[in-house]
Amino acid sequence: MKRLFNHPDFRAGVNDMAAVAPGIAAWGLMTGVAMVKSGMSLVEVLLMAILVFAGSSQLAALPLIVAGAPMWVILATAFCVNLRFMVFSAHLRPYVMHQSLWKRLGYGYLMADLNYVLFTRRFPHPGTDPAVIAAQEAYWIGNCATGWVSWVGASLLGIVLANSIPLSWGLGFAGILALLGIMCSLATTRLRAVSAGIAGAAAVATFALPLKLNILVAIAAAVAVCLLLEKPVAKPAAPASGDAA
Amino acid sequence: MNQTDLWTVATILGMTAITVLTRSFFFLSDKPWTLPAWAQRGLHYAPIAALAAVIIPEMVMSQGHLIATWKDARLFAVAAGTAWYYWRHGVLGTILAGMAVYLPLHIYLGW
Repeated sequence: MKRLFNHPDFRAGVNDMAAVAPGIAAWGLMTGVAMVKSGMSLVEVLLMAILVFAGSSQLAALPLIVAGAPMWVILATAFCVNLRFMVFSAHLRPYVMHQSLWKRLGYGYLMADLNYVLFTRRFPHPGTDPAVIAAQEAYWIGNCATGWVSWVGASLLGIVLANSIPLSWGLGFAGILALLGIMCSLATTRLRAVSAGIAGAAAVATFALPLKLNILVAIAAAVAVCLLLEKPVAKPAAPASGDAA
Repeated sequence: MNQTDLWTVATILGMTAITVLTRSFFFLSDKPWTLPAWAQRGLHYAPIAALAAVIIPEMVMSQGHLIATWKDARLFAVAAGTAWYYWRHGVLGTILAGMAVYLPLHIYLGW
């Protein structure tokens, strides 16, 4: 463990997340305020702030909990709002499969949207030699721990200050701006920019879908369009027998 | 503050389990298995698509509809943030520049 904390990529993971932490914190702060204003008890609010660690599913669940919806409806909602994480886990699988199951679960738990984006930006390919694998693990832990502290810390602050920060100020918009900055940093190729454009348009067009499924539809549409627009991959050598795909 | 309800506590624990389950979904099975090559290529477009899908509706929609006015603080904040990003390349600056435009317009002008 100490080996990981002293690794230079641990620092890099902390620094990359620290650059966006103010945006995440503003978002966490407003989520804390929203949880208190929903009318849940203090114990419930604190538990949710510390454990759930998924802002969009927390915000989606609040009105359902307050309205006394059945548990399965709330859990199904949280599941659907989180569906995009399953796509992320498919992408990240080759990076973690050498770990034990418990570690994989722990690492997955902490892997929120921004961590995924920053991690895959720094490591576009899974490591094959031990040095790169260690660097990836160190970065993952540094990045996720910083994200957890900023999000949960800010949520707790929001719970304390709930009655002095009006939701109408719109401080949570800082979170959107943080994601905007990251999005700009990812738009390094024309197809990536196309992906953002398609996903944005599709998310707006299908906004009326329930359970934030518009996000999943938008990711699927953008990926599909980009795959179609890609230059065909050069085939190695023509196969001798006719088994062309 | 309201009374703590055990059922709600159980729901919150369940939501925590959902966070773990969805974020590690494809980590669960030990069976050797890899995505087909086209899917692996496609996933390189997924991070930016996920970001755009989350933030663009938050910039141009309100109450579930596209906004029909330019008098919206968010549009100017996004323009300022994007300009900062391409000028100075920093996410922190993007947040600060955007909020410096957003807060006065939103709080004082009500945009």
